[in-house]
Amino acid sequence: MTNYLEFEKPLAEIEGKAEELRAMARANEEMDVEKEALALDRKAEDMLGDLYKDLTAWRKCQVARHPDRPHCKDYIEALFTEYTPLAGDRNFADDHAVMGGLARLGDVPVVVMGQEKGNDTKSRIERNFGMARPEGYRKVIRLMDLADRFNLPVIMLVDTPGAYPGKGAEERGQSEAIARATERSLNVKSPVISVIIGEGGSGGAVALATANTVMMLEHSIYSVISPEGCASILWKDAEKMREAAEALRLTAQDLKELGVIDRIISEPVGGAQRARADTIAAVGQALEVELTALMKKAKGDALIRDRRKKFLDMGSKGLAA
Amino acid sequence: MNWISNYVRPRINSLFSRREVPENLWTKCPECGTMLFHREFADNLHVCTNCDHHMGIIPRDRFAALFDGGIFAEVDVPMPTHDPLHFKDQKKYPDRMKAAQKGTGEREAMLVAEGEIGRTPIIAAAQDFSFMAGSMGMYVGNAIIAAAERAVATKRPLVLFSAAGGARMQEGILSLMQMPRTTVAVQMLKEAGLPYVVVLTHPTTGGVTASYAMLGDVHIAEPNALICFAGPRVIEQTIREKLPEGFQRAEYLLDHGMLDRVTHRRDMKSELVTILRMLTGQTPAVAGDLPKPEDVPAAPDAVAEAATGAAEQVDEA
Ligand SMILES: [Zn+2]
Repeated sequence: MTNYLEFEKPLAEIEGKAEELRAMARANEEMDVEKEALALDRKAEDMLGDLYKDLTAWRKCQVARHPDRPHCKDYIEALFTEYTPLAGDRNFADDHAVMGGLARLGDVPVVVMGQEKGNDTKSRIERNFGMARPEGYRKVIRLMDLADRFNLPVIMLVDTPGAYPGKGAEERGQSEAIARATERSLNVKSPVISVIIGEGGSGGAVALATANTVMMLEHSIYSVISPEGCASILWKDAEKMREAAEALRLTAQDLKELGVIDRIISEPVGGAQRARADTIAAVGQALEVELTALMKKAKGDALIRDRRKKFLDMGSKGLAA
Repeated sequence: MNWISNYVRPRINSLFSRREVPENLWTKCPECGTMLFHREFADNLHVCTNCDHHMGIIPRDRFAALFDGGIFAEVDVPMPTHDPLHFKDQKKYPDRMKAAQKGTGEREAMLVAEGEIGRTPIIAAAQDFSFMAGSMGMYVGNAIIAAAERAVATKRPLVLFSAAGGARMQEGILSLMQMPRTTVAVQMLKEAGLPYVVVLTHPTTGGVTASYAMLGDVHIAEPNALICFAGPRVIEQTIREKLPEGFQRAEYLLDHGMLDRVTHRRDMKSELVTILRMLTGQTPAVAGDLPKPEDVPAAPDAVAEAATGAAEQVDEA
C-alpha cells in the first residue's frame, strides 16, 4: 500500500482506478481491462514525473518526512557489513534515537551513526521519533572518540525533526551535549562524511553534520527551524508554513546553491519512498566515491584543517544580489 | 480624531522630544514593580535597587562599567553578505535590519572590544538582546571570530557575554552554520592556551546555547537568567505538563551542573579579574579601587617628570 501525500491526491485517484479495473478483471475472467489499465498506468507515470519535477519547498518538507522513506537503520543494514552496534554514553543511558557502531563500507572499517525515526508506532516511540536527548549526542561524542583513536572514517546519516525538547533533556544539558558533539566533530583526524537522508532539523542535525563532506538526498531538507515554527514566530500563524518553507531556503537545491552542502544525491522519480532500494544504492555509491576521494586527498591534521576552513567560510555565503 | 490630537499632541511631543521623554526618566521593575529613577538605575548596572532583578543592559553600557575607567577600544568586525537569502516574511529582512539599527544605534547584535579590567588586558564580546533579540547570524559569527583572532593575536583571554533568542531565522541555514563556525573560534582560543569565559545573561537560548555559550572554560551566569536549548513554552507543549518553578533559570542550571557560578552583576568584574588572573598566572589584583594616577605617591625626583607627563596629556586633549 502506498501512503500518498496530500499533493499526490490526483495521482492516488488514477492509480486507484487502475487497481480497481484489475481487481474487477480478476473477479470476472470475461473482462479485458488491460489496455485501459495500462493507459491509466502511463497517465499516472506522467503525472508522477510532473509532480516531482519541480516540488515546492513545502512539498519537499512533506516528502522528506514521508514515513516510507528509508531510514538510518535501512541504510546501515543494506550498505554496510559486519555492523556492530555500540551503545550508551557511559554517563546516563543509551539513547535509541541515535544508533551507531562499527561497520565496514566495502572493505573499509568505519564508524557509522545516525538518527533513527522508527517505522511503526512501537519503534517510533522507542526511537523517540528520531529526536535525541543529551545521551544521544554524548554517544555520538564517544563514537567520534573511538573513530579518532583508531583512525576510522566517520559516516553520519542525519534524519531528525530536531533535538528533543523535554524536561529531562534540558536538565541533563541538551545544549552542552550538542555543542560538545559539534566541537568533537571538528577535531576528528579521520575523514567525516554526513548525508542528510530526510529531515535535517536545526541544532539537533548540525551535531551530526559538521563534516568534511556534507551530502543531501534530492528531496531532503536542512533548516535552522521547521517551517511551522518559523511561520508561527515570524508570521504569527503556523498555517503560513508554505511561505516559511520557501523563505527559509531549506531544500537540497537551495543549500547547494548557497554553498553549504557539497553534493546532491538524486532520488528516483517519485521520491525515495517509492524506490527504497534504488535510493539506498545511490547513497551507497555516493558514500564510496566521497570516502575514497577524502582518504586520497588528505590525512590527519589536514582533514581537520579542511573541515574547520569549510565552516569558517560560512560567513561569506549567500545568494547573488 | 479631533483637533486636540491633531494640533496639541504634536506640539507637546516636540516640546519634550528635545529633552528627555518622561518615560526615559523612570523604569519600572518588571519583577517587583518599583519605579526606578534612571540615573540610580544606570548606576546600579540596570539591576533593580529594590529586588536585585537583573534587567537587560546594552553592550556599550556593560563595557563602560566593565573596563577600567570605562575605556575600551572597539575591535573591528567585518560586515557579512547583506540579506543572504533575500528573506521576506511579513516584512523584508533589510527593513527589519534598518529598524533595528535605527532603534539601537548599533550596526548589529554583537559588540567586541579590547581594554583592561582590574589592569588585566582582555578581549570582551557582548551580545545585544535589544538588536533583533541578539540573534546569531553571520555577523555574530564574524564578531566571535574577530574576538577570538584578536585574543590570539594579543594573547589575551576572551570574556563573552551571551544574550540571544537563538539563531537569526532570516539567515536560514547560514545562521545554523554559525554553530560549527563559532565553535571553530572557540577552538582557536583553546589551542592558543587562552582562557575563554562565558557570562550567560538573560536570555541565552537555542543555537547560541548549543554552541559557543556552552563551550567556555568557566561558565558564569547572571541571577535568574533563562538559559536553555528549547524554550519553556515548547517543552510544555511537548510534554503537556507544567514545568517546575525556576526551571531553566541560572540557579536551576547551577544545581544541574551546567554552570560554575551564578554571580550578581555588581560583583562580575572583580570575579572575572580574579579568575582570569589565576588562569593566566598573574599576581592577585589590587583590591578596591585603584588610585588615580595623580594620587600615586612618587619618589621626590620623579615628581617633576610625572607632572610634565600629565601636562603633556592635557595639552594633547
Ligand atoms: Zn525589582
